[in-house]
Amino acid sequence: MTDPVLRLSGITKRFGTLVANDGITIDLARGEILALLGENGAGKSTLVSILFGHYVADEGAIEAFGRPLPPGDPAAALAAGIGMVHQHSTLADNLSVLDNVMLGTEPLWRPLSRRREGRARLLDTARRFGLSLDPDARVARLSVGERQRVEIAKALYRDARVLILDEPTAVLAPQESEALFATLRGLVAGGLSVIFISHKLDEVVRVSDRIAVLRHGKLVATLPARGASKASLAEAMVGRPVPPPVAKPHARGDTVCVIDRVVVQGERDAERLHGVSLALRAGEISAIAGVSGNGQAALIDLLCGLRGADMGTVTLGGRTMPADPQAWIVAGAARIPGDRRDVGTIGDLPVWENAIAERYRRPFASGGIVRRHAARAFARSLVDRYDVRGGGIDAPARTLSGGNMQKLIVGRALSGGSGHADRYVPTLIVANQPTWGLDAGSLAWVHQQILDACARGAAVLLVSEDLDEILALADRVAVMHAGRLSQARPASAWTLAELGLAMAGEGARDAA
Amino acid sequence: MRLEARASLSPAMAIAAPFMAVALTLAVAALFVAWAGAPVGRTYALIFEGGFGSRFAWSETLTRATPLMLTGLAAAIAFRAHLYNIGAEGQLYAGALAAVAVGGLHGGAGFDLPAPVLFAAMMAAAALAGAVLMALPAFAKTRFGVDEVVTTLLLNFIVLLFVSMMLDGPMKDPTAMGWPQSVALKEELELPKLVERTRVHAGLLIAVALAALAWAVLRLTTFGFEVRAVGANARAARFAGVPVTRTLVVVALASGAVAGLAGAIEVAGRAGYLTLDMSPGYGYTGIVIAMLAGLHPLGVVAAAIFVAGVLVGADSMSRAVAVPTYIADVIVAFALLAMLVATLSARFRLRWR
Repeated sequence: MTDPVLRLSGITKRFGTLVANDGITIDLARGEILALLGENGAGKSTLVSILFGHYVADEGAIEAFGRPLPPGDPAAALAAGIGMVHQHSTLADNLSVLDNVMLGTEPLWRPLSRRREGRARLLDTARRFGLSLDPDARVARLSVGERQRVEIAKALYRDARVLILDEPTAVLAPQESEALFATLRGLVAGGLSVIFISHKLDEVVRVSDRIAVLRHGKLVATLPARGASKASLAEAMVGRPVPPPVAKPHARGDTVCVIDRVVVQGERDAERLHGVSLALRAGEISAIAGVSGNGQAALIDLLCGLRGADMGTVTLGGRTMPADPQAWIVAGAARIPGDRRDVGTIGDLPVWENAIAERYRRPFASGGIVRRHAARAFARSLVDRYDVRGGGIDAPARTLSGGNMQKLIVGRALSGGSGHADRYVPTLIVANQPTWGLDAGSLAWVHQQILDACARGAAVLLVSEDLDEILALADRVAVMHAGRLSQARPASAWTLAELGLAMAGEGARDAA
Repeated sequence: MRLEARASLSPAMAIAAPFMAVALTLAVAALFVAWAGAPVGRTYALIFEGGFGSRFAWSETLTRATPLMLTGLAAAIAFRAHLYNIGAEGQLYAGALAAVAVGGLHGGAGFDLPAPVLFAAMMAAAALAGAVLMALPAFAKTRFGVDEVVTTLLLNFIVLLFVSMMLDGPMKDPTAMGWPQSVALKEELELPKLVERTRVHAGLLIAVALAALAWAVLRLTTFGFEVRAVGANARAARFAGVPVTRTLVVVALASGAVAGLAGAIEVAGRAGYLTLDMSPGYGYTGIVIAMLAGLHPLGVVAAAIFVAGVLVGADSMSRAVAVPTYIADVIVAFALLAMLVATLSARFRLRWR
C-alpha cells in the first residue's frame, strides 16, 4: 500500500452531550474504495462533514496527501481534491443542471460565463462516466435520482481526487449502479480514492476494498471486503442480529383498487402516464420497478390524491377517486411518500402535530377545535409503538433522523389515526421508496410493517428503484418505463436480466 | 467564522432573542446619537420618558400603538401562512375610506340607522374593503402563481391615489376650507376614550382582543393548524390533506380585513375624518412589528407598544435635545435587522474558526 491519501486521526465531535464521532482514526489509500457502514446516527455523515469542512472536529486532525487539511474550510477540501456527493441534494433548485455544475467554478470577475466550454466539458464528463444528464433541465423538475446524478457529475467536473459518496446507489437503477461501480473501479484504477457510504451490504461487499463499520460514533470494525459476510456486517452495524422480514401466510382478497387506462399529461416526460392500467388486490404486494423519472411520480401522485387523471379512471373500493388527498385518506389509503423531509413531514411543526396531520379534522378535532389531549395521547402511543426516537412529541419533526422520521410516517399511515393499530387495516398502502437511505435495522422494520399490514388484508403498491427491495417483498412486479407500465407478472417469473432490460425500455413494449 | 446549526433549540433562547435584538439596536443607535452631538444617556432617558415615563406618555404610546397592533397582526397572520401581505397600508386606507362612506355625515346627514347598527356596518364595511383588496392578490397567487409581494405592494399606490381622488372629489368635506379631507364621521360612531383627557380610545381594546383571538385560533383550531402547516411546508400540508388554496385565500382575506379595521378604528378613534396623511406608514411599520414579535399574535401587542413608545418618545426627545426624530426610524429599522440576526443566532451558533 502506498502512502495514504487521507489520514483521519482521533476525530471526535460532540453536539451537546451527544458524541457523534468518538476518536475515529482511519486511513484511505490511493486507489482504494473504502465503504463506511453504519446505522442512521452512527456518525457517518458527521465524519464526512468534518472531512469536507462542514463541521469542525473538537479533537483530532486530518491529513490530505500528506499535508494537514485546515479544519472547517470546504474550499480547502475542494482544493485538496476532495469531492462530495451529499445524501440530501445541495443543488440550487431554480437553476439548470449546467448552471449548478458550473456554479463556483468560474471567477466572479469574468464578464461572461463560458457556458459553451462548460457544457462540452460536462457532456464529456457525463459520457465518460456513463451518466445520463440533460444540461438544460431545471433542477427543480428533477427527481431525487436525477439530482444525485447531477451531484456526482458536479464532483467529477471539479477534478476530485478523493470522491465521497453518501448513499449514492440508493436512487440508481441496477444498470446505473453497475455503471457507477464500473466508473468507480475505473477511477480507482486511475489513482482516485473513494469513500462510499451505503447500507446495501451486497454492494458494499462487492464494490469496496475495505469496510469500516461505525456504531454510536465509534469505529467498531475495519475489515477487508473480500470474504466479509453480510450477516456479520449487519450485526456489527446494528449491535445485534437482524432478522430478515418474514411474510406470514395469508389469503389473497378481492381487487380493491383499479387504475384503468390512465393518462396524465404532465409538463415533462417524468410526469406523464400514457394509458396505465393496474389492479391491486387485498393481501397482495404489487411492485413497480423502474428508473426514477419514468412516470412513477405521476402514478404516486395519482394514488396519493395529489393529482387527477386526464383520461381514464382510478377507483378505490369501487368508488371513483377525486384528486383530493383527504378523500383518499378517508377511503383508507395509507400513503408513504418518497420524500420524507419535504412531503411526509412538516419539519417546523412538532412531532405530535405531524402524527395527526392526515387526520386533524377527524377524529382529532370537534367543532373546529383540535382535541389536543386526544391528539397528544395518540402521538405518544404512536411514538411508543413504532419506537420513534428523538426529542419526544414536542420536538420539531425536522430534528428526527431519517429513520425515525420514516417510522413516524409509516406509523401514522398504518395506524389510521387509531390507538388500536392492530385492529386497523388500511385498504391500500401506497409506498414510494419507503426505505430510501435507511439503515439495515430501520429497513427491515419498514419491510416488516408493510408485510404485516398486507397479511392483515391491505393491498400494497410498492414503487421502488431498489430491486433487492422489490424482490424481497413483491408478489407481482411490473416495470415502468417512459410513462408506460409493463404487464404485471409474478415476481418469480422475472429474471434480474429481464427486469434490467425492461427498466431500460427494452422488451416492455409488448404490454402497456 | 462560520455558522453551525444548534443541536437543539432552547426556549430560553427564543424568548431572549428579541431582548438581545433591542439591546443591540440601542447600542448601534447610540453611535448615531453621539454623531448628532447629543449626550447618549440623556437622549435615551428622554426617549424613554417621552414614551413610557408618565401617564400622559403612556396614553400617547398606547394611542399610537393601537393601529400598529392591528397592522402588525395583519402582517403576522399572513406571514404565518407564508403569504407576504405588504399591502396593509393600502388596506388601512381602504378601510378608513369605507368607514367614512358608511358612517360619514354626507350632506350633513348620512345613513339614518341606530348607532350600534351603523357602527357594526361601518366596521364590517372597513373589514370588507381590506379583504377585497387582498382578494385579487390571493386569486392571482393561488391561480397563476403571481408573487403577492409585488401585487400587494403595488396596490398600495393605487389605493392611495384612489383615496386622494375621493378626498378631492365626491367625499370632500365642503366645510374644510378647501383642504382635501373627508366629511366627518357621525359623532355617535366615534370610539369612546378610555381615559379622561387623553387620546387613548376603545380601539386599543379591540386590537388586543383581536390579537388574543388570533392567538387562540392559531393555537387551538383546525384552521390554525392549517395556517401553520401551509406556512411551514405547503407541499407536505397538501399531502396530508390540508386545503392549501382555501387556507391561503382565507388567511389573505382575514389579513386584509384586520388591516381594513385598523383604518376604521383610526378614523373612529382619533380624527373623526380621513386625510391623506392619517397614517405615517402604519402598514409598513406593521411588518416590522410582526417580525419583531416573531409572528406571535400576543408578541405583536408588546412589539407595537415598544415601537410606538420609541416613536412617541423620539418626538418629545427631539424637542429637548438636538437629535432629529429620524432616530426613531433608525431604531425601528435596525431593530428589525437585529431581530433577524437574533432569530438566526437562536438556531445557529457562530464559530470563530
